[in-house]
Amino acid sequence: MKIVIINYGAGNIQSIKFAIKRLGYDAVLSSDVSEIRNADKVIFPGVGEASSAMKKLRGCSLDEIIPTLKQPVLGICLGMQLMCNSSEEGHTIGLGIFDVDVVKFDSSEKVPQIGWNQINNLKSDLFEGVTENEHIYLVHSFYAPLCAETLAECSYGVDYSAALRKDNFYGTQFHPEKSSDVGEKILENFLNM
Amino acid sequence: MLAKRIIPCLDIKNGRTVKGINFVDLRDAGDPVELAEIYSKEGADELVFLDISATEQKRKTLANLVFCVAEKVNIPFTVGGGISSIEDVDILLQNGADKVSINSSAVKNPQLINDLSAKFGSQCIVVAIDAKQIDGEWIVHLVGGKVPTERKLFEWAKEVEERGAGEILFTSMDHDGTKDGFANEALAKLSTNLNIPIIASGGAGNKQHFTDTFVKGKADAALAASVFHFKEIGIKELKEELKENGIPIRL
Repeated sequence: MKIVIINYGAGNIQSIKFAIKRLGYDAVLSSDVSEIRNADKVIFPGVGEASSAMKKLRGCSLDEIIPTLKQPVLGICLGMQLMCNSSEEGHTIGLGIFDVDVVKFDSSEKVPQIGWNQINNLKSDLFEGVTENEHIYLVHSFYAPLCAETLAECSYGVDYSAALRKDNFYGTQFHPEKSSDVGEKILENFLNM
Repeated sequence: MLAKRIIPCLDIKNGRTVKGINFVDLRDAGDPVELAEIYSKEGADELVFLDISATEQKRKTLANLVFCVAEKVNIPFTVGGGISSIEDVDILLQNGADKVSINSSAVKNPQLINDLSAKFGSQCIVVAIDAKQIDGEWIVHLVGGKVPTERKLFEWAKEVEERGAGEILFTSMDHDGTKDGFANEALAKLSTNLNIPIIASGGAGNKQHFTDTFVKGKADAALAASVFHFKEIGIKELKEELKENGIPIRL
């Protein structure tokens, strides 16, 4: 299986690579269009600020490529947020894969949310073998509200999307690569699609 | 519900884990990568690696150690000690660190907090603050608590938040190594004044101290070193007790 982690200069990709290795696979970091197109699975990571990450994506024309991919694609954290219509962070126009707008947590809770929260209302085979209310690791200040494409929910002052899906595109707000055994199970489910 | 975090801290000197009593007399407690794996399996929510030799010896990075830890553990970890530039942070994050913690360099050059959070995002910038009380006033200290500064804890913490830090790791030098409990009064004030997570550090001696720092100290996470390294408290039993006490926790 050929797994490509999209490398566009945003985020901690080493830990995703290691997590995949712990599952017994090798992943390649790449920004090369044909390599990405020919992969069996594509992982779209992202850490940092939305508008500058989007700028980097545009810089290598990946903003046009990603929405046209046909194989399973998993956006993680900011990667998932960039797959939405827009983000309030830096007034960023997103890739428009998920039909939802990313907004900031209000200050009734501490922002960023950092730590282990629970996921529930789990749908799809991404969560096969994962029980309701398991803890997963998140670090974020912005969130995707609940919508038709929500696959899993999380609650932090407001109920919001912990995971999204549209056709072959998946996104998790949490970091499966940092969410202990539960996260590795979810990552494995994705790789087995 | 967002769980309170239990964070073992691995103080590193010359690639080995150490823990000092009041930061001075160091004892050897093993190999950091092996310890990290053990903690992760026991249910630690996160790990912190602090190179306590770094500030004095100007040793720049722990890149290799970070790489080895990232390869083995599937929980987040923070690295600190001697970090003073964008390049330092870049290398650590590239090698697999999730967050970095800055301390002295932030006090000397507060703009660094703005620069790092703009470049890498607030979520991976932890500002560590060491403080002790002098004539009833909490004063920020540097170099492992040896050098007092002009800065007052609560004002500095507010400034740190405004400059873009994602989290504050507060160590009370008055409590560190005493095993008498965390500085809950100061912690509660920090947690109330600020809208970013506060990690309590310094003073853990028994399981009740952790419940106290989450309830009375309003801390979001609690960090300890020696009680975990010398197996005085098991992480699993600690978390079970916290859960029994009604603290939201990941088991």
